[in-house]
Amino acid sequence: MVNMMIDGKNVSAPKGTMLLESIRGAGIAVPTLCAHEAISRSGACRLCVVEIKKGNRTRIVTSCLYGVEEGLIVDTKSERVLNVRRLVMELLLSRCPESDVLQKMARDMGVAPQPRYAVDTDKGKCILCRSCVRVCEEVVGVSAIGLFSRGSYKEVGTPYNEKSEVCIGCGACAYVCPTGHIEMISTGDRRKIWGRTFKMQACPKCGKFFAPVDQLKFISKKTGTSMEELSVCTECR
Amino acid sequence: MNENPDTQARQIMDNLTLYYGPKKKFVAICAGTGCRASGSLKVKEALEAELKKQNLSDVDVLATGCLGFCEKGPMMVIHPDKYFYQHVKVEDVPEIISKTVAKGEVISRLLYRHPETQKTLFREEDLPFYKKQHRVVFGQNGMIDPARIEDYFAINGYQALGKVLSEMTPEAVIGEVKKAGLRGRGGGGFHAAVKWEGVRRAHGDPKYVIANGDEGDPGAYMDRSLMEGNPHSVIEGMIIGAYAVGSNQGYIYVRNEYPLAVTHLTKAIADAREMGLLGKNILGTDFSFDIQITKGAGAFVCGESSALFASVEGRAGEPRAKYVHAVEKGLYDKPTVLNNVETWANVPLIINKGADWYNTIGTEGSKGTKIFSLVGKINNTGLIEVPMGTTLYEIIYDMGGGIPNGKKFKAVQTGGPSGGCIPESLLDIPVDFDKLYEVGSMMGSGGMIVMDETSCMVDVARYFLEFLKEESCGKCVPCREGVRRMSDILEDICAGRGREGDVEILEAMGKAIADGSLCALGGSAPNPVLSTIRYFREEYDAHIRDHRCPAGVCKALISYSIDAEKCTGCGVCVKVCATKAISGEKKKAHVIDKEQCTRCGACIQSCKFDAIHVK
Repeated sequence: MVNMMIDGKNVSAPKGTMLLESIRGAGIAVPTLCAHEAISRSGACRLCVVEIKKGNRTRIVTSCLYGVEEGLIVDTKSERVLNVRRLVMELLLSRCPESDVLQKMARDMGVAPQPRYAVDTDKGKCILCRSCVRVCEEVVGVSAIGLFSRGSYKEVGTPYNEKSEVCIGCGACAYVCPTGHIEMISTGDRRKIWGRTFKMQACPKCGKFFAPVDQLKFISKKTGTSMEELSVCTECR
Repeated sequence: MNENPDTQARQIMDNLTLYYGPKKKFVAICAGTGCRASGSLKVKEALEAELKKQNLSDVDVLATGCLGFCEKGPMMVIHPDKYFYQHVKVEDVPEIISKTVAKGEVISRLLYRHPETQKTLFREEDLPFYKKQHRVVFGQNGMIDPARIEDYFAINGYQALGKVLSEMTPEAVIGEVKKAGLRGRGGGGFHAAVKWEGVRRAHGDPKYVIANGDEGDPGAYMDRSLMEGNPHSVIEGMIIGAYAVGSNQGYIYVRNEYPLAVTHLTKAIADAREMGLLGKNILGTDFSFDIQITKGAGAFVCGESSALFASVEGRAGEPRAKYVHAVEKGLYDKPTVLNNVETWANVPLIINKGADWYNTIGTEGSKGTKIFSLVGKINNTGLIEVPMGTTLYEIIYDMGGGIPNGKKFKAVQTGGPSGGCIPESLLDIPVDFDKLYEVGSMMGSGGMIVMDETSCMVDVARYFLEFLKEESCGKCVPCREGVRRMSDILEDICAGRGREGDVEILEAMGKAIADGSLCALGGSAPNPVLSTIRYFREEYDAHIRDHRCPAGVCKALISYSIDAEKCTGCGVCVKVCATKAISGEKKKAHVIDKEQCTRCGACIQSCKFDAIHVK
């Protein structure tokens, strides 16, 4: 265990854990958009920044990626911290003006849109947090989507924006997307995502369309479980 | 790992270099990228043919790397007299051989003429451009053909490696570099020995040694000129570093836009391998080390350490959080030393001449020399190497020869696109890592862009932010979105759409972007804006409040007019005007139609009477 001072409180945390967890554990709220428990952290959104003091040196770090350290003094609400968070929120609001998630978050943080920034109309609700890309790579293991282009032209998508042959239609990307940018439409026995339409498997017991056939085939291949077994939905299994 | 002094290594080294003493008579013709572009390879061929014709077989022709004074290319230095000839053409070659090479006579039309005294100067070291330089690293370029390892041997090449492997323990090597106070030449100025020590101590195997040759600053070409002109010095430095930290595998990361650097490095690595200086059991010791070249695709951000690692690993060049340092988890998450090309080239010198010698050069906190590329509105464009602590004034006026066309100096931008602009009032500061940081700029890798009164500082900031916006990797929000918005606002200001309060917004954004960005690209991207606001605030105000561009650059805010007193009605401007905006009777004062005029500046350049004014 290491001992730290967070916003004037003594907090101890297990070695090897990240600051974000200790701060939240101490009952202090920290906004995040790209940290998700299922995937590795990228430090892309920068909302979780805090100011740390080690010896005489203070600096701004992302708490989601900074490991706890003995004697660390952490300020989660310093002026510098709040300035970075405000900037990030203002920038995201102008990038994704239609995102209700961002609007609510901004309201909670007391941040209003910066009128000096032009409002984007072509970015949808995507904040490029890359949670979808990471879940597809790390959890699902297919890497059907990725990031392409650079800087402000950066986008998430399938290679060359063509229909992905490796996508299994599982929808994990849509589940982890913090702003609801990724569109997944399920109607009856069909599911549409990333420009492809997947046939859904109906559970022979309850009749519910519960997963794309491609996903079940993928799981069957990976785990050796038979398709018959997988064709029954988890509730009826 | 060889922990003991090994006299055998010294012997092998001596045998290897036995036949290569210093050359006596040779012509060094600059074949760096700049001089190649102005035709130096043809001159070289002519030199070789002419020597044959005149039966002077004992004279060697060296196609060297960059000699620095790029303004004067193609240039050559004729040894042993060290006569310096500039703007040499193929037609000059027979005379050069018959007079200067054969008889030691100078050809005065090829000599450099002092711009003020108009006196011709004979030798390289007499030229004001070279006089105050201290070319311990870069000067070697003029003594060798980079494609020939023998030439490097002849200037004591690989002697430092011989010394290290035969006399020094890895700890002693690190100790010497530490004592020398060598700081990273790539931008951060981090102490090289501290990195080395960290990697030596770090657990993890294998350990890697990398040279960062991803020089991406517009207008900067120091590292290119070292890789092209003296690749073995970089390689030797890396081998010594690898021995010190306990690494067997090295990489040189060089951008593919530097084809000559890639060619020369590839040849140098192959030659060193053949000589037993790279590969298994170097110089007969049990130390093995090899180097591989990784070609980058030219993304500016790949000069950042963690993005560089990603790129070498074959992934997209994006930085990652560096709370665990590269000395512990670098390339492939293994302990890694990453130093800039110029840093590596300093290492053999430190070993050969000793830390005490190195300490005599430079300032308290910054030892040794630094190579700068001096470009922009300056008379002597080129590469210079000066002791740390040389003042900006000396660089710009003594070596650089001041500002062309009698214009007034305005600012010098150091540290590449994300460096800061330094005004005239600070020209007396000694250039070192700490001083530049104090005044809101940085050393960077050594770019120096000089600006005169015709440069608009808002436009300069706009240009650099535009560059950085394009080069942001796009991973983190402050850099990807913030730099873009700053760039938009600057664009507005230059286009006459600036608003009251814009400067304050830019300042607040700049601070938050610097604090909040993931890597140093975003962290330093606001520098050009913040430093120009700090030193040239009045220019921002003029754009925003008075809709005026004092330097006459921002097209939306200026208009052209013809001075009726000065105009002779010669009509030259009429011919160059693409939009037919100028009219008038022959031999009478002309006028410009402001509606038609696109303010391209062609008329101004064509007017011999200085009759066209910009307001």
